[in-house]
Amino acid sequence: MTAILTNLFDGVAYGMLLFVLACGLAVTLGLMNFVNLAHGAFAMAGGYVCMVLVNRMGWPFFAALPLAFVSSAAIGIALERMLYRHLYTRSHLDQVLFTIGLTFMSVAAVDYIQGSSRVFINLPAALQGQFDLFGVGIGRYRLMIIVICGLLTIALQMVLAKTRFGSRLRAAVDDPRAASGLGINVPQVFAFTFAFGCGLAGLGGALSAEILGLDPYFPLKFMIYFLIVVTVGGSSSITGPFLASLLLGIGDVAGKYYVPKMGPFVIYTMMIVILIWRPNGLFGRTAAR
Amino acid sequence: MSTASDVGYHAQRQARWHYGEIAFWLIVLACGFAFPSRYLIMTDILRLALFAMSLDLILGYAGIVSLGHAAFFGVGAYAAGLLALHGIVKEPVLALIVAGLAAMVLGFATSFLVIRGVDLTRLMVTLGIALLLEALAERFSNITGGTDGLQGIEMQPIFGEIPFDMFGKTGFFYSLAVLFLLFLLARRVVHSPFGLSLRAIKNNPLRAAAIGIPVNRRLIAIYTLAAFYAGIAGALFTQTTAIASLDVFAMERSADLMLVLVIGGTGYLYGGLIGAVIFRMLQELFSTITPQYWQFWIGLVLVVIVLVGRQRLHRWVLYVPNLIIRQIAGRKAIVAVPESDS
Repeated sequence: MTAILTNLFDGVAYGMLLFVLACGLAVTLGLMNFVNLAHGAFAMAGGYVCMVLVNRMGWPFFAALPLAFVSSAAIGIALERMLYRHLYTRSHLDQVLFTIGLTFMSVAAVDYIQGSSRVFINLPAALQGQFDLFGVGIGRYRLMIIVICGLLTIALQMVLAKTRFGSRLRAAVDDPRAASGLGINVPQVFAFTFAFGCGLAGLGGALSAEILGLDPYFPLKFMIYFLIVVTVGGSSSITGPFLASLLLGIGDVAGKYYVPKMGPFVIYTMMIVILIWRPNGLFGRTAAR
Repeated sequence: MSTASDVGYHAQRQARWHYGEIAFWLIVLACGFAFPSRYLIMTDILRLALFAMSLDLILGYAGIVSLGHAAFFGVGAYAAGLLALHGIVKEPVLALIVAGLAAMVLGFATSFLVIRGVDLTRLMVTLGIALLLEALAERFSNITGGTDGLQGIEMQPIFGEIPFDMFGKTGFFYSLAVLFLLFLLARRVVHSPFGLSLRAIKNNPLRAAAIGIPVNRRLIAIYTLAAFYAGIAGALFTQTTAIASLDVFAMERSADLMLVLVIGGTGYLYGGLIGAVIFRMLQELFSTITPQYWQFWIGLVLVVIVLVGRQRLHRWVLYVPNLIIRQIAGRKAIVAVPESDS
């Protein structure tokens, strides 16, 4: 029984992490109908920035996290203004090719700068190990992830639901043409959202170094996970990707624990089954129109 | 005015063999005799060309974006490897066909998943299937040899007469023959009414359905055929290199394949062949400059191609040849890559 609860806990932490990593992608797809396979590269950038700050410069872990966010967001907005915006009207094939190209470049560049081996971020002692709560083993680091990601999710939901920017964004996702007709500056909304999504991915990358493993092949290895979150969750709301991430996280952890021999088999099967059953995603409208 | 007979006339004109095409194949054949020390890499190019042609069938003609075409390549490769290793089908040509059929069965089964949904869902499903197969191959390592791959494959002589030699001469001409035969078949298919209906579907599925084309059935058919081609390419890989390892399913293989097709251009069958030559040369060039980081430059090529625009790039490349052709054969003979966006 306790094993089940521990697994559930790990699965939730994993799922939350995936959500922070992938929610930027959901918005990109929903808002601009842009297939960005390079999303993982931004996450990786954040992770490596955090690693360099903590391990090489001796920054405290919690001070490095915001910087991971900021640096990924900065890279995101630079690339958006320089490159991505030329491709919004192009075919999906072009977008796929372009972002795969970017992914390859990021993989090779990080390999060149930092080497190809997996890196670890030195964690403060307070985050290491685990403690027992009514017999359920709870990892401190995972608990922190759940707290941070949970707060972020609530904040995101509040921003989307309550603020003026949130309603603009929702309007733009629902119908970009009508929204721009109403005087909403859709490209600007998009640029901002894109940067924010990249920043979240960077933060997720920094947090995930301990759990998912951080090496130059991160963008390729986890591309499928991000895409699963988005296609399964849809993009009409933030709840869809959130539930999809949790489902994926719990499914993956449980699959690896109970049928370790099947490896990643479980989630791929799950994804294909869901996509056959509901080609447009589990929760409402699909991302791509 | 474009009457029915007019359309038929143009379709037939398109389907006729041009001098350029005959010259192309003669040059390919000549390469086989001109560079006897380069059989291995040339065989590699032929294989890649066949694989790219397979993707062209679904991407260029039917507009299906696939990120998991390596799945069929891998199934073909393992099928051919297992057939040879356990001596089930000893004769290579027969084994090749059996391996192709194995991939074809998979293609048929998965085509029902692929025809559902939009581009993004297709991307996901194709990628998912390739990853699934890779995981399966790793899981059943007692059959596939796991990460070590299939080893100790010994090929029997073709038709029991022509043995594979260590310089790869047999392998090259064998691959070339297979490629040419399959090319003829593909050429016949895409210029048939069936092929024309595929183009109609690609341009506008709704309109195609409205004029009475059974859209889903046509897509299933071409997807299955493309899987057969990819399976044959995979089987050729195993037969000419005598190994089959897990990386036949790798996502990079599918992505490289897209690059091949983008370099060559889609929707006229030669794109894959020309693209394969240029891609391998680029790869050789990059890996001599930076052995470990050639992927960076491949990525850069992709990014630049997309930013510049595929059409514009092909126009630039053809500018000088067309100047010459125009001088010799007049305005009508100039070459253009029939560009098709999906």
